[in-house]
Amino acid sequence: MTHPPNGSAAPPVPAPPAMPAVPPQQAPAGPPGAAPGTPPPGPGRRTAWAEGVERLRAAATTEPGRLRIIGAVLALLVVVFGAVTAWETSARSAAADDVLHRSQRLSSDAADIYRSLADANTAASSGFLAGGQEPAAVRERYDRDIERASEKLARAASSSGADSGSADAIAELNQLLPQYTGLIERARANNREGLPLGGAYLRYANDRMQREMLPAAEKLYTSENERLRGDYDDATPYPWLSLALGVLALGALGWAQHRNYRHTNRVFNHGLLAATAAATVAVLWLAVGHSVARSGLDDSYDGGVRSLKVLNDARIAALKARGNENLTLVSRGAETVTVKDRSQDKFDFDYQKQIRSLGDAESGLLGEAARLADDRDGDEPVAKAADGLRAWTERHTLARERDDTGDYEGALEKVIGADDKDPTGESFDQVDRALGEAVAHEQRQFTGAAEDGRGAMTGLTVGIALLAVLGAAAAVLGIGRRLSEYR
Amino acid sequence: MTRRRAVLGGLRGWGGVAAMAVAIVLTAVFVLLPVLHSRGQESGASPGGPGVAKARPAADNCKDPEASVRPSGGSGPEIEKIKDRGRLVVGVDQNSYRWGYRDPNKPGGDLEGFDIDLVHEIAEKILGDPDKVQFRAIPTNQRIPAIQSGDVDMVVRTMTINCERIEDVDFSTAYFETGQQVLAPKNSEITGYDDSLSGKKLCLAAGSTAQAALKKESYGADLSTTVPNQLDCLVRLQLGEVDAIVTDGALGAGQAAQDPTIELKGEPFTEEFYGVAMKKGATKLVARVNQVLVDYRKNGWKSSYDAWLAADLGKSSGPPAAKYR
Repeated sequence: MTHPPNGSAAPPVPAPPAMPAVPPQQAPAGPPGAAPGTPPPGPGRRTAWAEGVERLRAAATTEPGRLRIIGAVLALLVVVFGAVTAWETSARSAAADDVLHRSQRLSSDAADIYRSLADANTAASSGFLAGGQEPAAVRERYDRDIERASEKLARAASSSGADSGSADAIAELNQLLPQYTGLIERARANNREGLPLGGAYLRYANDRMQREMLPAAEKLYTSENERLRGDYDDATPYPWLSLALGVLALGALGWAQHRNYRHTNRVFNHGLLAATAAATVAVLWLAVGHSVARSGLDDSYDGGVRSLKVLNDARIAALKARGNENLTLVSRGAETVTVKDRSQDKFDFDYQKQIRSLGDAESGLLGEAARLADDRDGDEPVAKAADGLRAWTERHTLARERDDTGDYEGALEKVIGADDKDPTGESFDQVDRALGEAVAHEQRQFTGAAEDGRGAMTGLTVGIALLAVLGAAAAVLGIGRRLSEYR
Repeated sequence: MTRRRAVLGGLRGWGGVAAMAVAIVLTAVFVLLPVLHSRGQESGASPGGPGVAKARPAADNCKDPEASVRPSGGSGPEIEKIKDRGRLVVGVDQNSYRWGYRDPNKPGGDLEGFDIDLVHEIAEKILGDPDKVQFRAIPTNQRIPAIQSGDVDMVVRTMTINCERIEDVDFSTAYFETGQQVLAPKNSEITGYDDSLSGKKLCLAAGSTAQAALKKESYGADLSTTVPNQLDCLVRLQLGEVDAIVTDGALGAGQAAQDPTIELKGEPFTEEFYGVAMKKGATKLVARVNQVLVDYRKNGWKSSYDAWLAADLGKSSGPPAAKYR
């Protein structure tokens, strides 16, 4: 697995962190040369580390030496805090960027692909039911669906990494889509000739759609949803390490000032005070900024993504149910399934299954969508969809009654007839339209909340890195001020 | 002082190195840290394919499966049930060109064909109205289960009478004679039901007599492609998934009529008769249908044949003679 190319570049490394550690007042009193206090080289070879420890120990015996060590440690702590924060926040804001601009779009594209394919299949079967000369509206709907599916497939192919399960699913769909449209064209041509072969091609095309294409589209949808979930998981955790380091740096600064006070009775050291202020601002900014960002992102997930997923699932279930309703009439019992030792029409059985999964205003996918809708604008379309679904099932029962009593023509009229015959097609359109409105609404909610969250992260990385550099410089300056008193 | 400076100088170096090291390590960690996307495996659940009818040894005393009960115009429980319901429920095919199919260019979706004419005739004689019929399109391998479960009163669907099937259902007298034939593209090297099938992919309808015949002698052909309906074979053939189709000559002619690039190869290699299938033991209903057929052979059969089948199958010498037990 490689990293996606955009959105996760290496974090900006703060300005060379060693620089501020240089005390600005380097004017050593003693002449450069061999330090008289350096212990004579011991017997045998000594490592640089051992030598360094020895020197440090020696330096710690004098106050200026101790001050230099304290200054260096303070500067290092503040710089490490800045560097770690820059790393943690840039990773999170890159993930938040991905959520907002990439993975959510890919996830909704994948849902669109799935929906377009299912819709095209439904339109094809409706056209077949209508006879050799399919209605213009149905043909246009089919063309639009295929167009949308191929357009979104191309977009998904260009923006999903070559690594993922998505890539396999996209490749598979790109291969199957032209085959499917080819089968549908053959079905149409034979249908126009008045040959039953057209119906056989339609069944075959439907079979390919149900068995191969929709599962591949579902795989793509699932994989994009997982990627989205993963980006959320990368964007929202608290940067505990940064916060801990920030608190540690603040503690060290406080201790240094207290020590300074004890040694000199002076309350303020301007440099250390400035460093403390910078570190405090950085820690607060980090804590507050991240909390705000996190709550925005969480809102976008709870209020947007979860609703969107349920709504998309509901829309797809409605489409599948509609397709199966059509195919019940297309196949007239030509395919059966055995359930509990009773043979049932395969397509009517599948229709019932999808309708059950949709549920009503209290249960099933629609019930869940109603629970997740957190405002009036979100509730309304879901309620409308539930109403449409109720009408649909009532009309469907009537259509089935007619078909079961031998009135095929009456059943056909009840399913694909003109609107004055109260056909199930009208109810389906109502459900689909209402769910479409709900999806658009939740999409807006998602974008709003996610943008708020992403906005709270703006400047966090650069700002804290800068504050850390300033803080480190101030700490070193403050210690340098004390050191100069020893000259 | 100098000592201090040296220490500081050393520290300065370390501080720089340490800070750089931290930065480098952190950068490296961040860049290299793989973001793991778990890949969900969809379990493509698909129910098993259509079951093939169980092969059952034919009864030893089966000499003449076409012999049916003597015709009668009387009534019985099955006929009363149909009359109470007010309509005849018949299992048919909607994919057999000229036999039972829906012309997509005709409004309403009415089925038509040679089998369908016979169904209307039976409805007219039993219920007094040729349109009091509910058609159920059933797949080839569901013909017998549909009758046994009572989903349909009878099956009029190019169904061959044979010893194996009369164990499960009762048949009327024969109303059509045909035989299994090979159907292949005109330029194919397949010459018929013979060695030229070796290594070729064949398509068969699940539960058809063709399947039973090829199980006995396949001439080395690949029989792995079975479909719910014989017409689905034509789809597979046109898409290049199979090399040839084996089906009843009567149905094969209907397929050839839909695709001018294919033809029937060789002579029929079986002799088969179509009959109307009904529930086992529904003797009164069978006798009633036989009575309908007695009249139909004299009046109706010929005009239906000429309307649907003469163009593909040529002139007919008339319906097969009825045989009775």
